[in-house]
Amino acid sequence: MSGEGLTVRDLRVTFDGFTAVDGVDLDIHPGDLRFLIGPNGAGKTTLVDAVTGLVKATGSVRFGGEELLGKAVHRIARLGIGRTFQTATVFEELTVLQNLDIAAGAGRGPLTLLRRRKSVPESVTRALETTGLTDLRDRPAGVLAHGQKQWLEIGMLLVQDVRLLLLDEPVAGMSHEEREATGELLQRVSADRTVVVIEHDMDFMRSFARSVSVLHAGKVLSEGTVAEVQADAKVQEVYLGRAAEPEPAPAVPVAEEA
Amino acid sequence: MTTFTERFRVPGAFLLGAVLLLGVAPLALSDFRLSLLAKYLCYAIVAVGVSLAWGRGGLMVLGQGVFFGLGGYAMAMHLKLTDAAATGEKLPDFMQLYGTSDALPWWWKPFANPAFALAMTVLLPMAVAAVLGFFVFRRRVKGAYFAILSQALAAALSIWLIGQQATTGGTNGLTDIQGFFGYSLDDPVNQRMVYFIIAAVLLLLMALARRLFVSRYGELLIAVRDSEERVRFLGYDPANVKLVAYVVAAGMAGLAGALFVPAVGIISPALIGIVPSIGFVIGAAVGGRASLVGAVLGAVAVAWAQSTLSDEFPAAWTYLQGLLFVLAVGFLPGGLASLGAVLRRRRTPTARKTEPVAVTAGETA
Amino acid sequence: MTVVLSQTFTGISIGAVLLLIALGLTLTFGQMGVINMAHGEFIMAGAYTTYVLQKSISSAGVSLLVALPLAFLVAGAMGALLEWLLIRRLYTRPLDTLLVTWGVSLMLQQLARDVFGAPNVQTAAPDILTGNISAGGVTFANNRLFILGLALLCVLGLTLVLRFTPLGRRIRAVVQNRDLAEVSGIATGRVDRITFFIGSGLAGVAGVALTLVGPIGPTMGTNYIVDAFLVVVVGGIGQLKGSVITAFALGVLQSVLEYSTTVSVAKVAVLVAIVAFLQWRPQGLYTLRTRSLA
Repeated sequence: MSGEGLTVRDLRVTFDGFTAVDGVDLDIHPGDLRFLIGPNGAGKTTLVDAVTGLVKATGSVRFGGEELLGKAVHRIARLGIGRTFQTATVFEELTVLQNLDIAAGAGRGPLTLLRRRKSVPESVTRALETTGLTDLRDRPAGVLAHGQKQWLEIGMLLVQDVRLLLLDEPVAGMSHEEREATGELLQRVSADRTVVVIEHDMDFMRSFARSVSVLHAGKVLSEGTVAEVQADAKVQEVYLGRAAEPEPAPAVPVAEEA
Repeated sequence: MTTFTERFRVPGAFLLGAVLLLGVAPLALSDFRLSLLAKYLCYAIVAVGVSLAWGRGGLMVLGQGVFFGLGGYAMAMHLKLTDAAATGEKLPDFMQLYGTSDALPWWWKPFANPAFALAMTVLLPMAVAAVLGFFVFRRRVKGAYFAILSQALAAALSIWLIGQQATTGGTNGLTDIQGFFGYSLDDPVNQRMVYFIIAAVLLLLMALARRLFVSRYGELLIAVRDSEERVRFLGYDPANVKLVAYVVAAGMAGLAGALFVPAVGIISPALIGIVPSIGFVIGAAVGGRASLVGAVLGAVAVAWAQSTLSDEFPAAWTYLQGLLFVLAVGFLPGGLASLGAVLRRRRTPTARKTEPVAVTAGETA
Repeated sequence: MTVVLSQTFTGISIGAVLLLIALGLTLTFGQMGVINMAHGEFIMAGAYTTYVLQKSISSAGVSLLVALPLAFLVAGAMGALLEWLLIRRLYTRPLDTLLVTWGVSLMLQQLARDVFGAPNVQTAAPDILTGNISAGGVTFANNRLFILGLALLCVLGLTLVLRFTPLGRRIRAVVQNRDLAEVSGIATGRVDRITFFIGSGLAGVAGVALTLVGPIGPTMGTNYIVDAFLVVVVGGIGQLKGSVITAFALGVLQSVLEYSTTVSVAKVAVLVAIVAFLQWRPQGLYTLRTRSLA
């Protein structure tokens, strides 16, 4: 149980003298659905970048006992860590099925790669069902609606069989129904995996988070359940500049500078 | 789900191509025209590789002349040696003219062996591509950087060859090749045989490329082209994916160069420098870089136009050629192969959204 | 010792020519990310401008002085026209720009052939530039010194423009964040065109300089263009100082290698050195985060 968790110790990321992540400690246990919130520039995306090997960092990030810092991006991915980006990146010219099939195949040998796909892998079928994209499987991913692209990305992480999903604002720009569907999808997914979600949408966070970490200026400001965090005076101050109403959401989710 | 026409479209088109190339063309064309066609088909073989590396993989291979040249020189060296041996000479003719010593340079010696020379026509370009590609892709040198580096490679090789007058024939290259594995190239019958070999190799490589296109690797290659970073997050190393396409394309160019030698009787630095290297890409661009048939037809058409028009109207042809690049690449990035799709989209404006780019993954043959 | 000195000077003068040619590219390729293969033909335009001027102005010195600004304008205007006609439509497809401008380059070469004839032509250098200066046993050719001075002058001028004029600030703003510049009220399209004008104009100046060391011909640009691009690649995108250092370093390397081997081996060795260098610094000597190059 405890072997698969994400353990972050004293993580620091510096860009040209600017410290974006400043000594973060995190313990995320298997089966958690952890939300990372915080104002713009708090270092949320940079934290995820560091965990997935996209930016250089110091400190320690361990997943399932294995140290991640210093490993190449694709090596980290092969350890079962997957992520999405703020803007959905799917392979637009490939079909939904092809997208999922590529995600499923990182371990394929050269011979399998050089052959044509004869049948749909079991994991792909399951991911199509989980994400509700079965009917769209032969459509090019480029024509999908915004929400569907996000689901496809999550589906790609599922067939990759990642143990840890890092999702960067998965519901930004989604309609209310799409948000609900995404939240339910995340709850299903997190039953047997660890999910970390960066989010600005507080309603969404309140509905679906199992635990929350608040980041501010590169540090963890507060951590706990939704209720605990909301009651935290420091959190209220960061969001509103004063202790105030329990509605700490910025009205519009704003894209965050990495 | 696959209808009858879909199932047989590709094999049918392949069969039609085979009949045209191996049956109709040899019957309909004079010896002279057929030998010209043989030359164009060599360019088409290069275009097959370009279509794979550039069209599918997004690698701007502006140095294919290098691989064409390596294959061509490997073949020509062997043929020069057998020519010399046939007349009882110790050295190829040009070495007697310019050479400083009467011993064959050590690196020429193994090329006397036909098996070695044949293997080198493909392996040498692939090895060079593998080494260069390994270093370049590993450090994520891509896009414009890669294009310029491969161009510089083409320039460097042709300058190096020109500098080695005594051992490579310098600017003249290796010329006046008489025989092809014991067959005299003066004999039109043997010239026809060379044509058949070239056409068969082209068809074979197209079939091979087509298999790669529809394989999982082909899908992966498109994924790398469109979003390399994303592929990395799926646990692949995109450098390897690109390397395979680059090396295969290099091998094809090498083979094309090797076949060019018996078909035309010469290989020289002028055929492999910056200008011809861009030429290899242009045919594919005009025809449709991501479409195999488009790239091949484009290469043949541009080569045909070049040799037909440039003799009669050299100035007008250059303008036309320039204009063709500008229009085809600038305004029809999918090449002529995408013309149908583009026109269809014009007529039904609603369909526009469904095809973000002119080249779609499904359009393989 | 004198050998070392004279080889170094040869290298520096090769570097100066490279630098002059690459300088315009640091703007169009380095700052804007456009691979303009017709840059070589703008060089040619500058050279022919000198040639035409010399036919009407008999004094070689005067015509050279007039040619410098005029070539800048002629080549610059051609560049701005090219940007307006074609390149601005292709900013999202940098590699396609390469092929399109190659097509333009073919047409411009043919135009030169039709207007001036295919054979190379020569211009006479002013007397003051034909001599040599000897110092410490090393001979410095005056024309080479002139080119070196011109290159440094252009670097200085360009630096001043980029750093201290409103135009320069706009150019840098557009390079660093196009969207932000746009919403800040900068007409990015116009800035692009002016950047292209200056970059191409510098090619024209390089063309004038080249008339002092070689013949003028329709394909003269092609000989230099790839080397010049390599300078910018190695120097680092969007950084003037990178190109300056690289141009001289490559020049000296080339000349030293040429001395110890042959011209052609030196060419190959320089390329190998560049690939090795990019292993160490894939983004070039100096980097600046700019619009991505595909």
